[in-house]
Amino acid sequence: MQDYFHTYGVVAALLAVGGGIVGGGLAANRLLRPNRPTGEKLTTYECGVDPVGDGWAQSYVRYYVFAYLYVVFAVDAVFLFPWATVFSAPGYGMTTLGEMFVFLAFLAVGLAYAGKKGVLSWV
Amino acid sequence: MLEVVVKLVLVAAAFAVLPLLVGQAEHKVMAHMQGRLGPMYAGAFHGWAQLVADGVKFVQKEDVVPAAADRRIFKLAPAVALVPYLLVLLVVPVGPHGQVALDLGPGVFFALAVMGVGVIGAIMAGWASANKYSLLGGMRVAAQLMSYELPMVFTAASVAMAAGTLSLSGIVEQWRWYWLPWQLVGGVVFFVAGLAELRRPPFDMPVADSEIIFGPYTEYGGLRFALFLLAEYAGIVVLCALTTVLFLGGWKGPFLDGQLGWLWTLAKVFALAFVVIWFRVSYPRLREDQLQKLAWAWLVPLSLAQLALTGVLTIALA
Repeated sequence: MQDYFHTYGVVAALLAVGGGIVGGGLAANRLLRPNRPTGEKLTTYECGVDPVGDGWAQSYVRYYVFAYLYVVFAVDAVFLFPWATVFSAPGYGMTTLGEMFVFLAFLAVGLAYAGKKGVLSWV
Repeated sequence: MLEVVVKLVLVAAAFAVLPLLVGQAEHKVMAHMQGRLGPMYAGAFHGWAQLVADGVKFVQKEDVVPAAADRRIFKLAPAVALVPYLLVLLVVPVGPHGQVALDLGPGVFFALAVMGVGVIGAIMAGWASANKYSLLGGMRVAAQLMSYELPMVFTAASVAMAAGTLSLSGIVEQWRWYWLPWQLVGGVVFFVAGLAELRRPPFDMPVADSEIIFGPYTEYGGLRFALFLLAEYAGIVVLCALTTVLFLGGWKGPFLDGQLGWLWTLAKVFALAFVVIWFRVSYPRLREDQLQKLAWAWLVPLSLAQLALTGVLTIALA
């Protein structure tokens, strides 16, 4: 447990270093840059004309279905990692291999179903 | 304690230098592939100091945050895009016998998880800018991450299955030459999916300049914009390093791998970075639907096939 915290302590230390790099750059920027905001400069860019409506405009995100698909697949995919380290351990062999094909078949059938439903082709 | 500090300094130095080398290489390689010279002036010798000069320029530029933007998120986004790539470098082994800053047990898992966080920075930028182009770009970034994360995870899992470990140094130690043909499909899928996740051409639909200006980065300027650019090149370094470690045998070379060690790793990383630049010069941008189709109709099935092949052969060899 001691080791565990030490390991992620190093990650946290590097995170601090990364924050230092970005923060240091921005601090130098603060000292060196001019600051002359004008109304025009702060308007939203829209090809040089005044912006029409709100920036967070409603639009139809056609590819939202890919998000659903991803959630379905990714949750399964996470379990691959712990499984990958033990599946060929002595005593498992063919059993885990069989299970792997069941798993792959589920994913493949899911993908084929999505494809058949026309989810993967453009609207 | 001292060892940890030295290693952290080395990681930070690699993070500061390698992306700039890749960036400079891109300037020159692209130029020569297109029959130009590229930067020739800064630093006198073949424009070697061009990116240093760019940095000096960027740090003096005004910091403009649009009045309509979500200020705090807008200002935070470049850091979120950049810092994760630094964290991934922590677990990448460069040589044998503990030449790695942190030999993390679940190294592959950590690297993939943290790399995914970098993309959140671009999505934050797209949302916080309150600009229609940025919003569209941010949505495309999100869609691209979701489609291409999956084949990346599958192919990385395939290597972990073959090696029987999630530790990146452990994977390189297990690596044998016949893994090259065995994991070839996985390697190509991983590299292509990684390129798409970094939104490098030909997968740069989210920043397609001819239709949505510069996607999520449209409203950015000055140093914050430079940080996004730096994140792109740091991402290239990280992707090439991970591909090297997972699929190309890391520090193992055809000869002298005991002595050369980290030089092999570096050589492979730069060879892959060259390929990344080559792709940019050679291929036109994929349309959004072609982009999604490539992921779901090709890369995902191919990575599933690679998983099956890895599983069967691992059991057969065991």
